[in-house]
Amino acid sequence: MIKLINVSKEYDNGVKALSNINLEINKGEFVFLVGSSGAGKSTLSKLILKEEEVTEGKIYLNDLDVTKVPNRRIPFIRRNVGMVFQDFRLLPNRTVYENVAFAMEIVGSNPKDIRRRVPMILSIVNLSSKASCFPDQLSGGEQQRVSIARSIINNPPVLIADEPTGNLDPETARDIMRALMDINGRGTTIIMATHAREIVNDMKKRVIALENGKIIRDEQKGGYELEVPSTKEYN
Amino acid sequence: MNLKFRVLKSIIKQGFQGMWRNRGMGVASVASISAVLVILGIILILILSINNFVMDTTTQFDEIQIYLEDNINDGFMTNIEETAAKNKGVVSIIFESKDQALENFREDWGDEAYLLDGLENNNPLPNSYIIKVEDIKYAGNVVDSLKGLDGVEKVQYDKEVIDKLLMIADYIRVGGIVIIAVLVFVSIFIISNTIKLTVTSRRREINIMKYVGATNNYIRGPFMIEGVLFGLFGALISIIIVYVGYEYFFELVNEQFYTLFSVFLIVPKMIFKDITVIFCAIGIGIGAVGSIVSMKRFLNV
Repeated sequence: MIKLINVSKEYDNGVKALSNINLEINKGEFVFLVGSSGAGKSTLSKLILKEEEVTEGKIYLNDLDVTKVPNRRIPFIRRNVGMVFQDFRLLPNRTVYENVAFAMEIVGSNPKDIRRRVPMILSIVNLSSKASCFPDQLSGGEQQRVSIARSIINNPPVLIADEPTGNLDPETARDIMRALMDINGRGTTIIMATHAREIVNDMKKRVIALENGKIIRDEQKGGYELEVPSTKEYN
Repeated sequence: MNLKFRVLKSIIKQGFQGMWRNRGMGVASVASISAVLVILGIILILILSINNFVMDTTTQFDEIQIYLEDNINDGFMTNIEETAAKNKGVVSIIFESKDQALENFREDWGDEAYLLDGLENNNPLPNSYIIKVEDIKYAGNVVDSLKGLDGVEKVQYDKEVIDKLLMIADYIRVGGIVIIAVLVFVSIFIISNTIKLTVTSRRREINIMKYVGATNNYIRGPFMIEGVLFGLFGALISIIIVYVGYEYFFELVNEQFYTLFSVFLIVPKMIFKDITVIFCAIGIGIGAVGSIVSMKRFLNV
């Protein structure tokens, strides 16, 4: 599904964000990316979305070499990778329904399909009753669920969530995780970058830990830290 | 095809929505475009009027008169006629006999024509050809070809006056183009800045669109439509202002102007169509270019 071969990224200002990353994520997997700020988590997702160019190496998304995709084809990569952000990134002047429908309009979906599919996805994230609300009338958790709905509306095989629970209280965060698990259960590969130790420890999913741009740990059913408690403080 | 059409429809819809949502900023853009276009209109009318004046004046000088020697033989006359006719741009060659010339004088002099009495028998006026050219620029060649031909006494042509007037007309044309170019540039700058403000305030939206997989054209489209609509509105407003304003001004001063310079101002109805076409083209162009320029920076996500 996603394959990184010897990927390195050095920014123009000389910062080495990632070095020699080799990684393979299979279809339907749920993967946590953990590591302190600046460890390279965001860079990794930016490279997959081709928001940044790799300095070295290759990235395959469904057998497509992302690093070779010309710029004008980038939007078509992004249609295959849903994105969820810590700050939700909803359009404030559009209703919940419009925010989700918008992603379908962009790809030129049939209006009939839009009218059929948007309510369906909203019911998956449990927001059917809020369809005509504006984002600022919703709680943080609800807003995040809208953004999740938007990210999966076009049925992308992969979903990247960049600290989706970062702005939410633990109870709401659990709701979000349930929604993500549900989506994962329907076959979508999910990569979630996070600092939320409890969530990672609870879920017992694959954990990839990054530090200084290198993978220092990659284990199935892992925890936030190695079994040996680290001295590092995480919030 | 169906897909493309839907995407296009969605882009156009968003363009109109965007215009409505940004109407505050839109008023500013429309106002600045129409301000520039009004200034442009004034300059345009000024240039056209001066041009008109120059052209009117040159037509008063566009005759070349060839005075012929007395007792000229028919062969020379045919030769002169043929030589003149060979030149490019010659519209007519009219022979004016001594008697006709005198008659013309009488008419011109009106009440004092009695002073010419008695000249019939010893008419000092020469026979002549009056050559009209299609455009003043052909006159030089005609004059050169006829000078020194057998039977030609003198070629009468106010070359210096014409040359000067033509030069003035050229300067005005070039100057006008330069001023218009500067104004268009300034207004592109103005509108691109205004649109940049709307773009900046919608940076987030653009960013989200990019993440959801919108193509650059899809993002640019609504902004371009918005810009074009602003440009069009600005053009319409300025057309009304310039047209109504000029008509009022025309009514007010045209007669005095004629008494002073013996030239009429351009009639408002005559320029209405040109102004409409020019302003709409410039307005739409400014809107489109302005939005493209201002979008450029924001599309690199």
